[in-house]
Amino acid sequence: MTKGIDRPDEVYEALIELHRGLDEDAGRRADARLILLLAAEIGDAETLKRLITAAREET
Amino acid sequence: MRSEQMVRFPFRPLGASRVHRKVVVVGAGPVGLTLAIDLRLKGLDVTLVDEDDTVSTGSRAICWAKRSLEIFDRLGVAGPMVARGITWNTGRVFHRDRQVYEFNLLAEAGHAFPAFVNLQQYHVEEALVARAEALGVEILWKHRVVGLDLREAPTLAVETPEGACTIEAGWLLACDGARSQIRKLMSLDFKGQAFEDRFLIADVRMQADFPTERWFWFDPPFHPGGSALLHRQADDIWRIDLQLGPDADPAEERKPERVLPRLRAMLGPERPFELDWVSVYTFQCRRLERFRHGRVIFLGDAAHTVSPFGARGGNSGVQDADNLAWKLKAVLAGLAPEGLLDSYDAERGPAADENILNSTRSTDFITPKTGASRRLRAAALSLAGDHPFARSLINSGRLSVPTVYLDSPLNTADVDAFSGRACPGDAAPDAPLGDGWLLPRLGGGDFTLLGFGTDVETSVPSVAAPISGLAAERYDATVGTAYLIRPDQHIAARWRHPTPEGVAAALARARGVSR
Repeated sequence: MTKGIDRPDEVYEALIELHRGLDEDAGRRADARLILLLAAEIGDAETLKRLITAAREET
Repeated sequence: MRSEQMVRFPFRPLGASRVHRKVVVVGAGPVGLTLAIDLRLKGLDVTLVDEDDTVSTGSRAICWAKRSLEIFDRLGVAGPMVARGITWNTGRVFHRDRQVYEFNLLAEAGHAFPAFVNLQQYHVEEALVARAEALGVEILWKHRVVGLDLREAPTLAVETPEGACTIEAGWLLACDGARSQIRKLMSLDFKGQAFEDRFLIADVRMQADFPTERWFWFDPPFHPGGSALLHRQADDIWRIDLQLGPDADPAEERKPERVLPRLRAMLGPERPFELDWVSVYTFQCRRLERFRHGRVIFLGDAAHTVSPFGARGGNSGVQDADNLAWKLKAVLAGLAPEGLLDSYDAERGPAADENILNSTRSTDFITPKTGASRRLRAAALSLAGDHPFARSLINSGRLSVPTVYLDSPLNTADVDAFSGRACPGDAAPDAPLGDGWLLPRLGGGDFTLLGFGTDVETSVPSVAAPISGLAAERYDATVGTAYLIRPDQHIAARWRHPTPEGVAAALARARGVSR
């Protein structure tokens, strides 16, 4: 069950800020670190695998 | 509207080389006119000075928010604006060739005004000028401010077609727009951010049966890589706004041979239309550090500017006027100390910050500047179709809502528990009342005590509302609940069971008499 994002504009701004001053490679490493941190917050392997599948289904 | 179609207002010379006026408003745009009308309705003599002798030309503000309409209603001008304008509540956002989501800005019934009415700024100004003239505002057309002396009372050096004159002002209210002459003459810093992306605005006249909704596209097939907006205005005029990018040449992009193919791609080759107005613009988000400088006070774009996404420019300026008018009246009438005017800055400063923050975020979404922000946006747009959460991230403009003055020094903090949205500092919500509406009964000339089965003695007029129904619901009212409403229809205080002493103390606080 997706919770949705509280204060989405604030979160979106923070996600852009994550990349401030980083070159592309450093930015992608930061994204990867964030993915792992979020995965640890979610914890449940089945949920994570479902989200990973959804991420590949670009429409 | 093209300049040749416009009415010219009469130039009337002052008849003296030096005059004194109690309250001088500079700039007869929507903000200056709103302020002048509000002050005049409160019984003040008001002089409005403008360098031109017409309403504004071309494409400017078009979306008037619910709160602005409520303010215009208080000033007696909303009726003709709503009748002439285009009412809308729904927006749709498209990515490439498909809709990713739609939103309704006023999903509930029981409000006198819709979320928005679209009406060209020149029509709004026409209605306001007519009202200002009927009320006896002294409007000095063709009076251009060229100098300002602040050694004693603010004193304007003014040029007119019949020579120069001097206007000494008791109070000078600068509503003279983004390029404010008063601000320049005072050498005040206008700090903020300029954005590089250029946008094309085309107002076209056409017959079309598109629904009266706000349509926004990211990367549409007819304008690949850019954003596009389609919005209806009065008189079969449609606003089209196309993102051109930072490298576009504004002189070239204005030429019909550049504009027409872009519009045909969007509207279809078969649809006849004519161009009413074309311009290429960039925008800036800036503000003055302080809006009050002694007896000179800045409002609207003269005080703060935003990007157009969200319709936060004109609407916030109208709210500035709404906020200042009653305070200046109270000070001039001796009901409040001059310090009350500092609460204009304390309330409208955070409002400007909120508007700048929202419009900057929208701009960052619409014109992503780095690879990372482009990828993040592409991710949000591609998820939005199947994953509703992602729709909340898509930002085509967060449309103007009234700022809640949460930290205002004029608020009395709650002592009783309330749920619901109408808290101290918020604009009082509307609701049906009897066979009319609640809001027209609140505020205006004086504070109002809105009571739900309350019987408390106060020095201000009171309005009784029933303890059940939409009003009671929106104010979370139980028997005995009362709200103290300011003249600008914002909430100053509320109680479950008010006492005369409590109401008097809240009133004193809201008038800036006590802290």
